[in-house]
Amino acid sequence: MGLAWSRWKKMRKLRHREVKMTRIAELVKGERPKKPIPLQDQTVRDEKGRYKRFHGAFSGGFSAGYFNTVGSKEGWTPSSFVSSRQNRADKSVLGPEDFMDEEDLSEFGIAPKSIVTTDDFASKTKDRIREKARQLAAATAPIPGATLLDDLITPAKLSVGFELLRKMGWKEGQGIGPRVKRRPRRQKPDPGVKIYGCALPPGGSEGSEDEDDDYLPENVTFAPKDVTPVDFTPKDNVHGLAYKGLDPHQALFGTSGEHFNLFSGGPEETGDLLGDIGVNKGRKLGISGQAFGVGALEEEDDDIYATETLSKYDTVLKDEEPGDGLYGWTAPRQYKSQKESEKDLCYVGKILDGFSLASKPLSSKKIYPPPELPRDYRPVHYFRPVVAATSENSHLLQVLSESAGKPTNDPGTRSRHQLNACKRGELLGETPIQGAPTSVLEFLSQKDKERLKEVKQATDLKAAQLRARSLAQSASGSRPQPLSPDVGHCSWHMALSGGMASTRTSNFKPFAKDPEKQKRYEEFLANMKRGQKDALERCLDPGMTEWERGRERDEFARAALLYASSHSTLSSRFTHAQEEDDSEQVEVPRDQENDVSDKQSAVKMKMFGKLTRDTFEWHPDKLLCKRFNVPDPYPDSTLVGLPRVKRDKYSVFSFLTIPETASSPVTQASSEKVAQHRASDKSRKPSRWDTSKEEKKEDSISEFLSLARSKVGPAKPEPSPLVNKEEARATESVSNKVVNKDVDSQTEGEGSRPSMDLFKAIFASSSDEKSSSSEDEQGDSEDDQEGTREADFKSSQETDLVEASSVAQASEPAPQEPAPFFPIQKMQIDEREAFGPRLPPVFCPNARQKLEAPLKEKHKKNKEKHKTKKEHRRKKEKKKKHRKHKHKGKQKNKKSEKSSSSESTDSSDSQSEEGPTDLSPQELLRRLKRLPLRRQ
Amino acid sequence: MAFPEPKPRGPELPQKRLKTLDCGQGAVRAVRFNVDGNYCLTCGSDKTLKLWNPLRGTLLRTYSGHGYEVLDAAGSFDNSSLCSGGGDKAVVLWDVASGQVVRKFRGHAGKVNTVQFNEEATVILSGSIDSTIRCWDCRSRKPEPVQTLDEARDGISSVKVSDHEVLAGSVDGRVRRYDLRMGQLFSDYVGSPITCICFSRDGQCTLVSSLDSTLRLLDKDTGELLGEYTGHKNKEYKLDCCLSERDTHVVSCSEDGKVFFWDLVEGALALALPVGPGVVQSLTYHPTEPCLLTAMGGSIQCWREETYEAEGAPG
Repeated sequence: MGLAWSRWKKMRKLRHREVKMTRIAELVKGERPKKPIPLQDQTVRDEKGRYKRFHGAFSGGFSAGYFNTVGSKEGWTPSSFVSSRQNRADKSVLGPEDFMDEEDLSEFGIAPKSIVTTDDFASKTKDRIREKARQLAAATAPIPGATLLDDLITPAKLSVGFELLRKMGWKEGQGIGPRVKRRPRRQKPDPGVKIYGCALPPGGSEGSEDEDDDYLPENVTFAPKDVTPVDFTPKDNVHGLAYKGLDPHQALFGTSGEHFNLFSGGPEETGDLLGDIGVNKGRKLGISGQAFGVGALEEEDDDIYATETLSKYDTVLKDEEPGDGLYGWTAPRQYKSQKESEKDLCYVGKILDGFSLASKPLSSKKIYPPPELPRDYRPVHYFRPVVAATSENSHLLQVLSESAGKPTNDPGTRSRHQLNACKRGELLGETPIQGAPTSVLEFLSQKDKERLKEVKQATDLKAAQLRARSLAQSASGSRPQPLSPDVGHCSWHMALSGGMASTRTSNFKPFAKDPEKQKRYEEFLANMKRGQKDALERCLDPGMTEWERGRERDEFARAALLYASSHSTLSSRFTHAQEEDDSEQVEVPRDQENDVSDKQSAVKMKMFGKLTRDTFEWHPDKLLCKRFNVPDPYPDSTLVGLPRVKRDKYSVFSFLTIPETASSPVTQASSEKVAQHRASDKSRKPSRWDTSKEEKKEDSISEFLSLARSKVGPAKPEPSPLVNKEEARATESVSNKVVNKDVDSQTEGEGSRPSMDLFKAIFASSSDEKSSSSEDEQGDSEDDQEGTREADFKSSQETDLVEASSVAQASEPAPQEPAPFFPIQKMQIDEREAFGPRLPPVFCPNARQKLEAPLKEKHKKNKEKHKTKKEHRRKKEKKKKHRKHKHKGKQKNKKSEKSSSSESTDSSDSQSEEGPTDLSPQELLRRLKRLPLRRQ
Repeated sequence: MAFPEPKPRGPELPQKRLKTLDCGQGAVRAVRFNVDGNYCLTCGSDKTLKLWNPLRGTLLRTYSGHGYEVLDAAGSFDNSSLCSGGGDKAVVLWDVASGQVVRKFRGHAGKVNTVQFNEEATVILSGSIDSTIRCWDCRSRKPEPVQTLDEARDGISSVKVSDHEVLAGSVDGRVRRYDLRMGQLFSDYVGSPITCICFSRDGQCTLVSSLDSTLRLLDKDTGELLGEYTGHKNKEYKLDCCLSERDTHVVSCSEDGKVFFWDLVEGALALALPVGPGVVQSLTYHPTEPCLLTAMGGSIQCWREETYEAEGAPG
């Protein structure tokens, strides 16, 4: 227990010390202590952290023993006690210190242990003189032993410092420093001069020194006056002005009759400070007066009731004091005059009497210019009016929101993403497609529609019957029901009124397209909620025809029913999205690796380098840079990875068919067109139903067909062009084509847009195809395929690529899927794509002819391209001083020329592909030899 | 291209079989030398990673903790830690001495094909068939990768790291080089799925092997083709390739059970080293000496030059 206690105490002490330390640290730092110390913590402790108890009248009493008990920590046992037979405690002589507390030995205790001058070092001379004097006095004294009193009141001894000073010629009462010549006094101050500060008793004559000043011999120097220099340290305590605590040394020091003064200045100083209105009769007196009170040791107490009037104070600032020019306060003269010698050196100009030149130059305050205001800043806050969005003030609203810099959701200023195809078409000035489908129903065949209609009629009939039945029931329920045309209305009204009450209609805008109608609908709902029977009738537009009314009534009723039920049931299952679902857009990398076909050909020709290289800006993570000990290349950017941009999102279908790679094998020549196609694709995408019938079919059917077929096995090429055949077969071929195409796109990563041939197959005039027989065509196309298959041996790796991706990871052998026909189909694509514009597939009857024309185009383009590339390279070459590059460049030029021709040949005749492009080993060798390593 | 000075004696190829170690951990998926070439790691299909002294043939430690076969491993520069990745989609940081798992980084969506430490072993880079490279911070306790490099369109087959670059080969047929210092990504199209890539020891070239049974030496800065090496067979598997200790030869595994050596400059086949009947799955080349380790089936082989005499007591 005791151990624990002592440990606890020790901990406490330590902690306390820490606290103290931190507090001191805080003070040193100039910080404010965080919290005022609560009262219960404001305890007095000694330096060891023990609580200090106050006993007695003053703090003189000290706590006795151990926690106010007699004894010690160990109890009654003295600490020196050793109880052992072998080891007897040796008797120690106890001094008084043994019974003292630590406090007594401290500086302010009764037996301080601090270092002080001892008698040995104190001045003895005085003592000797006194000794003698005393002896004499003792001898002559009328009362023997009276000198004993003197002995008792011997003043404190002088320190060595005094001794030394004295030896150097210093006398008591003098200042320290070189002797000075005293200036004659300039002028006597007017007796009626106004004094700042407290008034001194009037009638005081000048001090003795002033009289001395009157006759000053020229060649006499004086010792400097004994003054303490004015202390300019700022006052940081809460004592009175110039208050100093009682200093026992000073108090007891025998300053020969000089009673100590609470206030700092010596007598001379005060006299000096206040000019000639000094203290009289050599009486050393501090500033006294009402404001300061009268010290207990001061004799003068007659003036304590002197009244102070404002008239004693100056109320006007004057140019120059006619009197001493001290302006009220000032530094001791001595000081000033000493400084005067120096001041000439550094300061040219008048220094006012009583001022001394600063030893340190004032640190100039830095002045910051006021912040610059924006040019269009008006110092008045402008509150934007809140305008409710209604149809009338939509323009105003738009203007407001524009001025606020916020994008509007106003239908008039919709972003392009919110436009649908029709609207875009309108904007572009296109003539709207006749009979453009507006609903899914439009796509149904006539027969289906009819069937639907029949079903509908049947259900209507049933409904009518039901209605009639309910009517009869209600009638039988002795409720007089007026025979209104809208009997049904009543029934739904009843059905609705239950579930509707709680539904929130605000979210749901079935007639958002027609604001007027929506308004009417909302009104209707509101009325419904209030339970009005004629809700519908009220809100309908009176200007409408009967038929319109009827329809709208039906619509509203249905909408209310549908949304009421769906809302109440569904709302419990779904929550709102946390984030705005920006469904229109998706983030994609800004730069993408594209035109693979170009690169493929480059690879085939072994033209690695610029052709096969893509360079992107890439932002490494800051931390990654740190870990790699690499400076961040983009210190200002917050981006990580490739810069991204927002693009239109593809629909689900296009996501299935278009891998994000967008590495469509499209030549540069065709890239523009493709881009256009893409753009149009994109524009169409949000509303799939807007696109033409064919496209839609292509999309949905192809998806499944292709999947199915690809699983079943190789798709067989449809043996007929079928273009001029009847509708049914045409669609079949379409789907077939789609299959081919789709398989391609899957293997290839191709976009899913239907190729031109699809449209051609349907819309093109059949005149040119009529002549040729389908059998011929088929053979032809097959021929073509055969050729291309052989030729494009290399590119068949492309398909391998896909499978290999799965194979390559595993070190285990994986059986390669049989895909015998894929290369062929892919080849078609390749061919088609290599020539830019989308062309009919190989099985198209006039594919050959059509191939020819763009071929030439391509050829040209190819040449052009190469030319530009050549130029490019040459330019670069010039810049580069590196020999290696020059060589390579030249060589490349040759190669590129060659390749351009070879490319053209292999594109025109796909069979001669492999041969001329192969890089000979010699050439490779040469290339290698030109490496710098050979130079070493 | 600071190639070493030609020495009076031509470079010797490791063609003497010094030792065959049966690792006893199923198929050896990968064999890797440590940083100084004194030890090697073998990644087994039985979920273990083993540390060997290949010259003596002693097993030093077995590291178990993977949930599926181990596909690649790497040692840190100070030999204090190892990292490995495997079919359990996890990247594991090991303490060499204790054999304990220090960290397990999860986040890949597929098998981890390749792992590498950076120069200071503060980051582990792992390439996976989920087509991402993830940079895992070994210093912090964060479970997420520092950065995910997801530019590849197909699985990552091989990753190599230099002091400021990350080189990655992907099955999409591209070699991507992320230059941290320049803040750029260089993507070189090779066409065929890439099985292995490596820097040359001088750091100026990249060696790329792809599934078209071709190795290509590309200039790192420009992407130009410096050499092509063919003759081996690599159509299906992810096989390793490397450069010899002084960049004089190109070395590659082959599916026909051989290791092929080509002269780097001439491009001519220098040696077809028959290893065994199976596929040479993995190989690693000693950093300073003509010493080669190959992995076939469940064993590894150690090869030295003909003139090599085992110092001390072998085995």
